[in-house]
Amino acid sequence: MKFLKTMLRNVRRSPYQALAAILIMMLTFLTISFFVFLLSGSSRVVSFFESKPQVTAFFKNETKQQEIDDVAKKVKSTETVSSVKFVSKQEALKIYTEQNKDDPLLLDLVTADILPASLEVSTYKIEDLAGISKTLKSSPLVSDVIYQKDIISTLVAWTGAVRKIGFALVVVLSLVSLFIMVTIIGIKISQKKEDIEIMKLIGASNWYIRWPFIFEGMFYGVVGALIGWTIATLALWYSTPFLYSFLKGIPIFPIPVDFFFIVLGGELVFAILLGFVSSFMAVLRYLK
Amino acid sequence: MIKLDKVSKKFGTGIFGLSDVTINVDKSEFVFLVGPTGSGKTTIFKLLIRETLPTEGAVTINDWNIIKLPKDKIPHLRKKIGVVFQDLKLLLDRTISENILLPLEVAGVRLEDARKRTDEVLAQVGILEHKEKFPVQLSGGELQRVAIARALVLSPEILLADEPTGNLDPATSWEIVKLLADINEKGTTVIMATHNSDIVKSMDKRVIGLEKGKVVRDDPSASSGQVKKKEDNPPSHKTSSSVKTSEDELKGRGKEENHSAHKVSQEKREEKE
Repeated sequence: MKFLKTMLRNVRRSPYQALAAILIMMLTFLTISFFVFLLSGSSRVVSFFESKPQVTAFFKNETKQQEIDDVAKKVKSTETVSSVKFVSKQEALKIYTEQNKDDPLLLDLVTADILPASLEVSTYKIEDLAGISKTLKSSPLVSDVIYQKDIISTLVAWTGAVRKIGFALVVVLSLVSLFIMVTIIGIKISQKKEDIEIMKLIGASNWYIRWPFIFEGMFYGVVGALIGWTIATLALWYSTPFLYSFLKGIPIFPIPVDFFFIVLGGELVFAILLGFVSSFMAVLRYLK
Repeated sequence: MIKLDKVSKKFGTGIFGLSDVTINVDKSEFVFLVGPTGSGKTTIFKLLIRETLPTEGAVTINDWNIIKLPKDKIPHLRKKIGVVFQDLKLLLDRTISENILLPLEVAGVRLEDARKRTDEVLAQVGILEHKEKFPVQLSGGELQRVAIARALVLSPEILLADEPTGNLDPATSWEIVKLLADINEKGTTVIMATHNSDIVKSMDKRVIGLEKGKVVRDDPSASSGQVKKKEDNPPSHKTSSSVKTSEDELKGRGKEENHSAHKVSQEKREEKE
């Protein structure tokens, strides 16, 4: 307790240094939070697509129901296929209406006639999509085939890039905050040189003098992490409606509350570690 | 209890701060350490709390070999010795009671007990009413008392006071010395460095004189009846006249036959300081 008291007094008595330390920590943890959100979001998008390996074949307008049923039966007999779902023109219109319910202009333009009937074919494995797609494409009844291989590979590439950039940024920012913290704690130690000398002369052990500085470093880390996390979480919460409509159909929202607290917990642990390491380095460097 | 055996301290510049000093101080003794500035008084104190190490010789306190004391044991030693520093070394951003609390905090005393002890010591030195003030709000004499209180708060066996009357008027100086004498009465070994000759003269305590890092006299208090062997007696000092000369020397009147003119002027300078 008395270490904490000494620490709080040290913080109070040099507000600018405290502010600098907290801001750099905040910046680091704001970035960390954003990248954690981005990465977990994008990996959920990828896994959503991956979990539903699907080929959609659109039939030509004049195709009869009987012919479609034949194709469906044929595809279903392939052993790589897990399910086949027929989407009629009416159902297609329903989906379309649902997706664009906020836009009456788009709704007015479309009737069931111009929407093609389609067959959604799911496979057990994502690799088998190519074969199915080929078969369907060869059918004269099919006007177009789309499947998510392209989407997924693009997404995976993007996620990979984001992950790399994010990781590099977090490492650099962590190092920057580490060295800034070492400097700030170092300045504080130098400022208190005389006090430290006196305390040593009246019998204070090295660790008695060091602990308040180490607590101070951890304090800056924790406060910075809390602020950074709060800003990132509020920003995500604020942009949820926009993201929701952007990622239509992909079940990311609502994000479970647990997730935010797990992120916070992880960040706090890292913040304490970062604060501890940096003030420890400062203490060893300036308080021999 | 305190033993300096053939201790020499050579500074980086090659000058000897102390050379071949041997001093023994018994438990509960009151000793004046006198001598001009630069004679090695403060160096002896620094050696005793292991702020510095001797170049040669042995320093022992209570059978502790101070020179071989491991670094992590230094705090223990310093808790056993109360020091009133020449420049007081009070923390200016803490109140008087916080300053006195510090050694207790460092020693890990429970806060409640520590506060009680702080008040006790502040009452003992007579400045309890100033406990919530900051050092800048106190007079020189009061600050000296704060420094003594801080040195006393852990009930040390040894109290070292480095010129505690340095900047004080005669009346206040006298009060401070009385206070130290009281502390000594209660069993604490007190070593006081000073060049206030009036005080030394009127106190009738053992006097150790230092000059240029050498012990030039060691006069036991008249009442104690102890005969101290002089450890390092320059040829110019005759043993028979040592008591007399030392008193005169302290008065700054050292015009007796066995004092060089140089020494007199040096002493006079000291007194003016």
